[in-house]
This record gives sequence, structure tokens and C-alpha cells, in this order.
Amino acid sequence: MSKNDFTINRREALAGIATAALTAGSIVPASAQTQQPIRIGMGMAMTGGLAALGKSALLGMQIWKDDLNARGGLLGRKVEFVTYDDQSSPAVVPGIYSKLIDIDKVDLVVSGYATNQIAAAMPTIMQKKRLFMTLFGLAANDQFKYDRYFQMQPNGPDARMEFSRGYIETAMAMNPKPKTIALVGADAEFPNIALDGARENAKKAGLKIVYDKMYPPNTIDFGTIVRSIKATEAELVFVASYPPDSAGMVRAAREVGLKSRMFGGGMIGLQSAALKTQLGPLLNGVVGYDLYVPEPTLKFPGIEEFLKKYQAEAAKQGVDPLGFYIAPFAYAEMQVLEQAIVAVGSLDEAKLAQHIHKASFDTVAGTIKFQERGEWAEPRVLLVQYQGVTGNDVEQFKQTGRQVILHPPKYKSGDIKAPFGD
Amino acid sequence: MNMDHTTVTSGVTQTDKRRRRTTELMIAAAGILLSLLLIVVGRTYGDYFYVASYVVLQFVLLATAWNVLGGYSGYVNFGSAGFFAVGCYTTILLGKLFDAPLAVCVPAAGIVAGLIGLGTGYLSLRLRGVFFSIATLALAVMLQTLIVNWSYVGGARGVYVLRPDTSGPFDSYVQLLAIVMCLMATAAVIVAVVVERSWIGFGLAALRDDETAAEAAGVPSLRLKLIATTLSGFLMGVAGAPFPYYITYVDPASAFSLAIAINTIAMPLIGGTATWWGPVVGALLLGITQQVLTVTISSAANLLIVGVLLVIFVAVAPNGIVGLVRKFRESRR
Amino acid sequence: MYVTWDLMANAIVAGILLGGFYAAVAVGVTIAFGMLDIVNIAHPAVMMIGAFLAYLALNTFGIDPMITMVILAGVGLAIGPFLYRGYHALIEKRGDESLQGLAFFFGILFIVEIGLVMTFGVDYRALELSYLSKTFELGAVSIPARMLIPFVVAMIMCGLCYAYLFYTFTGRTILAVAQDVEAVRLIGADPQRSKSVAFSIAIATGLVAGVLLILIQPVEPSIGREFIGRAFAVCVLGGIASITGTVTAAMILGVAETLTASLIGPSWSPAISFGLLLLTLAFRPSGIFGR
Repeated sequence: MSKNDFTINRREALAGIATAALTAGSIVPASAQTQQPIRIGMGMAMTGGLAALGKSALLGMQIWKDDLNARGGLLGRKVEFVTYDDQSSPAVVPGIYSKLIDIDKVDLVVSGYATNQIAAAMPTIMQKKRLFMTLFGLAANDQFKYDRYFQMQPNGPDARMEFSRGYIETAMAMNPKPKTIALVGADAEFPNIALDGARENAKKAGLKIVYDKMYPPNTIDFGTIVRSIKATEAELVFVASYPPDSAGMVRAAREVGLKSRMFGGGMIGLQSAALKTQLGPLLNGVVGYDLYVPEPTLKFPGIEEFLKKYQAEAAKQGVDPLGFYIAPFAYAEMQVLEQAIVAVGSLDEAKLAQHIHKASFDTVAGTIKFQERGEWAEPRVLLVQYQGVTGNDVEQFKQTGRQVILHPPKYKSGDIKAPFGD
Repeated sequence: MNMDHTTVTSGVTQTDKRRRRTTELMIAAAGILLSLLLIVVGRTYGDYFYVASYVVLQFVLLATAWNVLGGYSGYVNFGSAGFFAVGCYTTILLGKLFDAPLAVCVPAAGIVAGLIGLGTGYLSLRLRGVFFSIATLALAVMLQTLIVNWSYVGGARGVYVLRPDTSGPFDSYVQLLAIVMCLMATAAVIVAVVVERSWIGFGLAALRDDETAAEAAGVPSLRLKLIATTLSGFLMGVAGAPFPYYITYVDPASAFSLAIAINTIAMPLIGGTATWWGPVVGALLLGITQQVLTVTISSAANLLIVGVLLVIFVAVAPNGIVGLVRKFRESRR
Repeated sequence: MYVTWDLMANAIVAGILLGGFYAAVAVGVTIAFGMLDIVNIAHPAVMMIGAFLAYLALNTFGIDPMITMVILAGVGLAIGPFLYRGYHALIEKRGDESLQGLAFFFGILFIVEIGLVMTFGVDYRALELSYLSKTFELGAVSIPARMLIPFVVAMIMCGLCYAYLFYTFTGRTILAVAQDVEAVRLIGADPQRSKSVAFSIAIATGLVAGVLLILIQPVEPSIGREFIGRAFAVCVLGGIASITGTVTAAMILGVAETLTASLIGPSWSPAISFGLLLLTLAFRPSGIFGR
């Protein structure tokens, strides 16, 4: 008997401790005076596999916050962030957003980095009818169709097709027209979607798919895969991959002596300084999708000052020193929010969502207009080719002409150098 | 050393039975009380309380399930995440095929995972100790590869699972999930008590202490092991069944998560594996600590603390919190 | 399908090279787990330490990884006895609780991983060395230095372990400890000392295998987990306590993986290696080469 009593007491005690801990961490908003700061809450990957980009995004947002507060804040109030580490694990995300909304009672919430995290937060957000600005979610709202969702990666309404559109169109413009293509990628979320789109784009262009295989994440030996592709003598090789295998595929292509006319496409990771400097000259000729590169055709107002601030701070914090991939979009995300709040004149989320649907926004990432599912109305996924990379120095990637934009035509800054193998 | 098991062979007496019944009633009452508490406290603290409770109770269920096999019989299952994921994907599959409600998915998930558990039970015929553990690990990898290549349930790309509209007396779907999990965890603990204090538990303990000797003494070792592996698998599958509705987007990496594999083993070890309340205490302690740390320290140090706790407990208190409490009581006697 | 003899030959060669690396990873497990009954699932964590030290050595002090690995092997041998003493005092001397040992190393694995995350961050790190990007052509077969060097080092390392175990007195007492601790006492050797030496060798091989890993591919702290399954699979396939068995099993696994990748499709290769393991466990628990 006594043992049982003890257990129940213990259980209640623990529940009590939990309750106490939950309340202790929260700040109870006193009679909401206008002088109180506007608090924006988010979970962000600061550890785990997504942390490299998560930290870069957070730094971008913090620069916005500091800029804004220096200008006097929003609606006369300072802005504060409430951030929690989601450990790159979607399983903790529902807890984080419930805490932000129910306990911390933040004024606004924005998403952390990447699709899984966004999807895991969606039910909570939707139930509370909050406005949700999200960062780099791949078609995450296609299922939910939530009308207060806005996503910042410039994938456009049909994300699947965009990661290969530039690749196929550039390839088909070559003389003579290529006839065969090999598709290869990691067996995981993004590569699957990108390959799906590539398959369709290739078929539309009348290309014959001579190789179409996935490899498991954590593959070590890419030589075997590239050799199988080489044996098919495919003229085009489209790769969809995550950072470690992006590096593995580029190295293997060099080692095996792959001589296709184009190589690359949907490779995540090449956008970050870490892989750019690791691979160095091995990158020459590789094509890949990108979102921002310092080319003269992409001079959006404010982007250069932003990058200057970012790069100075990134060096201190040890996050991605270039900040081309996610940081400008993180900053732009907050600019959208800021402009909407100023226009509406309050934090009323229904009105804010309505306004964001209607208006267009000038940001460091260009002029943005959202469509009904909250994606960019106009996609802007770039296809770039690495040219003239020498050595492994990071500074060269800040210059123009190293990452030449081949597609879309509106932003084109140079011509393709083909074939890849030379 | 094996003080805990001296009563092992004494069999089931009348007092034991009465004691068991009382314990069961107490746990059932505690579970229902906790569900009510959830509803009341939840009203004040909002959904966060439900989300946090769901996660902690899920670990209570998993740790208890693991302990039915690992603690009572000594067969260490490394592949808990595999069983959990099987439960999870059963829900997804049934949802896709028939739009099955959660009430159907939970038992179905249990049955599928239980059958796989039965399979591992036959493995234990030939494999003991660490070899059994490695086999379960291999099984989990095989299952994961299968799911990755099975595009109907989402494959490597993952799948979205939309929550049904909240119905009945519940304020929100998270509340429903938390209460379902609470009741399931309570039921699992009762199952653990029943197993522990019946001939099954005594038989398993005999196997744990010396399998060959127990077999020689006429303990039906295969039947016992099959019961334990099936039951343990069943409970783990049940734990995974509501997960798709909790997380809404499931990909193999989040279903076969390392955090689940690690916590499921660490919690009973820290709590103590000899009794039913060891895993419960371990899961509550570690689960709540992790929840609190996620929103306070919020850095890598969070996971570090789990690692350090595990090492300290294993080194200093090999019989977990249960062992510490017993030692404390004995010293007072 | 475009399966040609060239492709097959390349796949087999690539598999053997990959297998060599797996052998380097598994040999430490074979010694610690197979011979000493120490369930060191933190072995991959040791590898990660080796990998990051090699990174640090090259980028901070300009020390070539070939030299780093020799130094690390020495360091491993030097600190191994202390680690073993710690493990013995905390866990082993309590007796038969292999579960406790398992949990202990589980915790260590985590602590090391987070420690590395907090020191080095979560970015992928790789070594930039010109000699790594060379490729040798042997007829139709191409052999990248990135895979060849780890293979050669692994073979030398396994050879040294084999020679030490079979041709020195201490080595033989280690083999004897694996069979029967009491018998070792009877011939006047100290089983504790043998175990301590063997554990140090296992640690040293782990550090070296880590250096090999970062030669082959970029590394981040949590990548080590991927090798727990493979290392134990190789060890069990090879008959648990046999160095030659381990090397052969590693090659078989490597070739099976690359052949699956070229013939069926890479996404099935993990199923092949672990399926092989499950079948072996179910039908020949003493390993393919077991007695």
C-alpha cells in the first residue's frame, strides 16, 4: 500500500513541478500598454542538421530587428524576438508554438527553417488562426490551404517544376539539342520533389530519360553511382541532393571523369560558403539552382548594405559567412511583415493577412507579391553556373562572374560553358 | 545484487493477488484523475499543456512497453523506433485506404506491431544478449528501408496527415490526443503490473537470471518470450498510432527517430527496470526535464543533459531510481 | 539496363575499397565487443573525435592527416588504459550487466556528439588536399585516391592488429581472454592488463578510422551514428572475434552495397546489408565464418 501512495504522490508532485516550470518561464503581459515591445515568436534550428541555415536565417532576422529598433520601432513600439531551438526535430515544434502562443502570448509568430518544421507547426497555428510567415517551406500549404500562410522561398505556385525548369530550358537552348538525360538524387523529401518535376520537364522537352535512380541518405561511395550514369552516356545529368551528397556527387563526377554536357541542377548546399570553399575549382562548370548571387542583374535596393552588415556579424558568430541563400529572404520576410503592419496600422492578424494577399512588397530580395496559397506569385528560382573559380578562398564568391546566372532570361548575366567535363 | 528477485520462484500467493488488484485500481484511478487534471489545468494553460503532456505520456507508454520485454526478461530491444514507426505508418495506411478513425487505427497499429514483435520473439530462440539487440536494430533499419521505398505511404518524401475536425466534448484536437495518450499509458502501466505479478513475470525473471537453468526447471521459455515480445511490440505500436495526428507531417526520419530509440531505453534504465514504476518515474523525470529544457536552455546542452544523466545513473545507481529508493528504505529499517 | 563488364568490374573494385574502410571501422568493434565483451557502441563517437582532430590538425597546424593518424594511434594507445580503467571501475567490475554497459556507452556517444557540436558547430567539414582528388586508371577501372588511401591504411592497420594478436605474448593473452579469463590467470598473465591493452588498440583504430572517414567524405558530428549498425553488422557477420573474418565480411558488405547500387538501384543497398545481417543472425548466429 504505502508504495502505491508514494507513487501517486510522486506523480502529482511531478505534475506540479511541470506546471510550476511552465508558468515560471512565461512573462505575463500586464495591461497591454502601447509602450510594451511587439514580441515575435519562433522556433528555429540552432542545433542539429538544419542549424547551419537556421542560424543564418536568425541572424538575418536579427539584423532587421536592430535596423528597425534603431529607426524607432513599429507603431512606436520596439520589437523583440522570443526564440526557441527546435533542434532540427519536427517532434518538438508543436510544443514550441503552443508555448509561444498560449504561455508567452507573443504578438506574432513566424516559422523556423524548412518544410518539416513548418508542417509540424501548422495545426497549432491554424487552430489559433494566427498569421504565419514561413521560411523555405516546400509546397507545405498545398494540403492545408490555410489563408494566413505566406512562404518566402521564391518557388512560385508550382514549386516542384521550378527546380529543374531553368536547367531544362537552358539545356534545350544548346546547339545541337541534347536528346538524353540522367536523373539521380537522394531518397528524401526535397530531392524526390525536385526529381518529380525534372521528370515532367524532361518529358515535355522530349528528352529520353536513360537513368532514373535514388540513393539512400548517408551514402558514402558515389563513384559507383556516377559510373553507372557515365555508362548510359547521358548528355545531361540532373542531380537533386542534400549538402553531404552534393559534395560527394561533384567529387565523384570529377574522379570518374564524367563528360556530360551539363551536370548539376537541384543541389542543396552549393549555395553555402562551406561547400563552395570545400569544392573550390571542382565546381567550375557545375550548374545549380540558387536564390541569390551577387550578379549585376540582381541589385535589389538594400541588399548590399544588408549583406555587408550580415557578413561582418556572421564572421563573429561563426555562421555561413556569405549569407546569400537564406538570410536575405529572412530579412525580406520581416520587411513584408513590417510593411504590412505599417499599412494596416495595427497587429490585427486577419487584416494583416488580407493586406499581404493584396499588396506587393519591396524588399532586399526584390519585389514580392503572394498568390492565394501564400507562395510567391512569380517564381524566381535561378540557375547559376560556377565559372572561373580558383583555389578555395571564400572572398572570390563575393565577386561577380563566379556564379553566372543562366536562367531566367530576365536576370541572365552570362552564357553557359559546356560541356561540363572539360 | 539480485535482491529484487528473491521472491521470484515463490509463485503467486493470495496476498500477491490482492496486492495486485489494489495496485491496478490505484493506477486506473490515478490515470483517470490525471486525465481530469489535464482537462482542468489545460483550461488555464492552454494547448501547450496538452502538447507537453502528450509527449511525456507517450514516453511513459514507450518506456513501459520496452520494460515489459527489456526489464522483465532482459532481452534488450534496440529497435523501439521501428515498432513505434510501424504503429505510426499503420495509421497513415488505414487513413489513406479507408479514412479510418483513430479508434480503429490504435488497435490495428498495436496488432501489426505486435505481430512483428512475435517475429522477434522467434528470433530470440537462437539469439541471446547483445545479438538479440543487434538483430532488433537491423530489423528497424530494414523496416525503415521498406517505408522509404514504399511511395503509397509517402516514401522518403513524407506524407501530410490532416487532423480531423474536433468533435464531441473536446476543446481541441490536441486535448483529445493528450487524453487518449493518458488513457493508453495508464492501460499500459496496468498491463505491466499484471505481467510483473503474474506467472508470466516470475517466469520472465527466471529467464533473465539464468535462461538455461530456468528451462531445465521446466519454465516454458519460448511461450513466455513470445508473450513478452508480442505485448511489448503491441504497446509500442499503440504509442505510435496517434503520432501522425500530433506531428501532421510524417517522414521516415521523424518516425524512426533516434530520440525515440534513445529515450525508450534511457528512461527505464534511469527509473529502474525491475518494477513497473521504474520506467514510469524515469519517463516522467526525463520527459518533463526535456520539455522544460526545450523552452528554457534551448540549446544543444539540452541533449547533453540526457547523456550525462544516463551515464551518471548507470555508473552510480545501476538499479535506477527504484534501486535508490529501495536502498534508502533498507537503510532506514 | 546498361550493365557492362566495365561497370561490374568498377562496382566490385569500389566495393572492395569501401569494404576496406568498413573493416577499419569494424576492427575496433571486433576487438572491444568480440574479444572483450565490451559493448562499445560509442565507437563511432571515437571516430568522430578522430575526424575532427584531423580537421583541426590540418587547418590550424598544417599537419597532414597521414601524420595525424599516426599521432592519434599513439594517443589512443596511451589514453586507452585510463579509459578502460574508468569503464572497469564504473561498470565492468559490477559483473554481468551488459545492458548497463550498453546504456553507459549510449550516454557517452551522446556526450561526445554534443561536445563536438558545441566546439565545431554543425557544419560539414572536409579536408582539402590535392592528392586526394587524384584518380588512377587501371584499364577500364578507375580508382580514386580518396578511396584508395583509406583502403591501404585500413589494410595495414588490420594487418598490424592481426600480427600483434597472433605473434606477441600479450596479443595471445588477449585472444585467450576472449576464450577463458580463468585460463589466462593460470598461465600467469594478468587478464586485466590484456583487456586494457586490447581496449587501447580498439580506441586507436577508432581514431584512425575517423581520419579515414574525413578523407573520404565531409563529416558532421552526428554522422557517426550511421556507422553503429554497419560496424556491428560487419563484426557479427565476420564471426564476432575474428580479425580475418571482419575484413572479409567488410569486403562482402562493401561489394554487396556497390553491386546493389549499380544493378538494382542505390536506394535498396541498406536493406541488403542489414538483410544479410538478419539472415546471418537467424540462421548462423556464429557468423558466416563462425565455427
